[in-house]
Amino acid sequence: MNLFADAFAWILNPGNWEGRNSIPQFIGEHLWYTVLAMILASAIAIPLGWYIGHTGRGRDIAVAATGAARALPSFGLLFLFVMIGGVANRDSSVMIVLALLAIPPILAGAYAGFEAIDRRVIDAARSMGMTERQIVARVEIPLGLPLLWGGLRNAVLQVVATVVLVGFVRNATLGYPIVQGIQINRFDQMLGASVLIIVLALLLDAIFALLERYATPAGVRAGRNRDHRTSSTRRRAAGGATPASTEKEMSV
Amino acid sequence: MTWLLDNLELIGRLTGEHLRLSAIPIVLGFVLSIPLGWVAYRYRLTRGLILTLVGLLYTIPSLALFVLLPAIIGTPFLSEANVVIALTIYAVAIMSRSVADALGSVDPDVKQAATAIGYSSFRRFWAVDFPLAGPVVLAGLRVVAVSTVSLLTIGAAIGIDTLGYLFTNGYQRGIIVSVLTGVVVTVVIALVLDRVLVVIGRALMPWTRASRSSERSGVTRAFMTARRVREAVP
Repeated sequence: MNLFADAFAWILNPGNWEGRNSIPQFIGEHLWYTVLAMILASAIAIPLGWYIGHTGRGRDIAVAATGAARALPSFGLLFLFVMIGGVANRDSSVMIVLALLAIPPILAGAYAGFEAIDRRVIDAARSMGMTERQIVARVEIPLGLPLLWGGLRNAVLQVVATVVLVGFVRNATLGYPIVQGIQINRFDQMLGASVLIIVLALLLDAIFALLERYATPAGVRAGRNRDHRTSSTRRRAAGGATPASTEKEMSV
Repeated sequence: MTWLLDNLELIGRLTGEHLRLSAIPIVLGFVLSIPLGWVAYRYRLTRGLILTLVGLLYTIPSLALFVLLPAIIGTPFLSEANVVIALTIYAVAIMSRSVADALGSVDPDVKQAATAIGYSSFRRFWAVDFPLAGPVVLAGLRVVAVSTVSLLTIGAAIGIDTLGYLFTNGYQRGIIVSVLTGVVVTVVIALVLDRVLVVIGRALMPWTRASRSSERSGVTRAFMTARRVREAVP
């Protein structure tokens, strides 16, 4: 517990809250890299994912790419791109890597959102005379939103974690106090920064969880509730024949 | 190129270390997740509790967790135990959800039939529920294997000998080939491990090959029908 006391003392030390390399600066940089990478990745992945989801073209490639992306070590990519890009372009190289890592989950969320829609809904929209553009804008995009937000949530998790590693190539982000702490052997600083990183990651995840829930159109939420009910009655009906025996059998 | 030839021994040693250190969390995560996933699947209360907890643990960035663990469990800061435990936590986070989902995917009729012909609940779990949940469990295990191999490289940041050493050392000394080699070898190990799991899965669950190919063609058929309907309407 003493270690945590030291870490909180580092966090609360007023000297760490002003000037260069202060905690607010690290948090600001961390958020800046995260938000910019998310915007960049979304600008590429969302339209592309919607296109794949709507047309079905390139789906196999997208699935394979999303799977393979998990195998890429973010730590190595960061160093590799920074070295290839040169010292002068460090920030752009970092941003490219962050966006590259965020693209697969967002892409998957975007096309999976379209694919999860009941085909009959889309056929109904078409038979009512909606144009392709209207189907995409008024049916597929709203109905696909919950899964898209899920994809964005996964992406932000990945990006926040990778921005920590940016501390190895730039004297910036909440990763830097850790990197510096390793070099000068200051565990309080490393642990304090880790605590801040964890709080930041949990907060961002909570924000995206709320967005995931509330950005869903009212109609979709109503439909989802209905689905829940039907699935639970079905389960009750299946197990309902012998509820006593199931209970007894589980307690054996 | 000369760097590569001069350092073959180092690369081989690090690859071995990498394999050893990634095997522990994968196996441990798998073993721990079976009871945990079962409890999450079986009881509504524990389901919410366990899945929320592992979800929160999964949110913690790896480097922060590597630093946090020594402060919590008292391991030395440079111990490889920190990395192994952290990766086991991530593995359990992914796998316990997979196991819970997998057990939920087993057809209730089959379970009742097994009970009806006299399986005890314990035997039914191992002989019926778990094997039938196998394909979904395997899918989770593949994700765990690939992400463990990739995340393990970050262990080099706190001085653990993994393929990540090729990144940190290569960056400090400005040797691009070293970093590139590290990335390539890591990806290759991850993909090979993934293939190995698929092959093991096929050997242990011979019924999945038939059902999976029919399932895929089913999906493709549905997909083709949808497209045909779409193309028929101008």
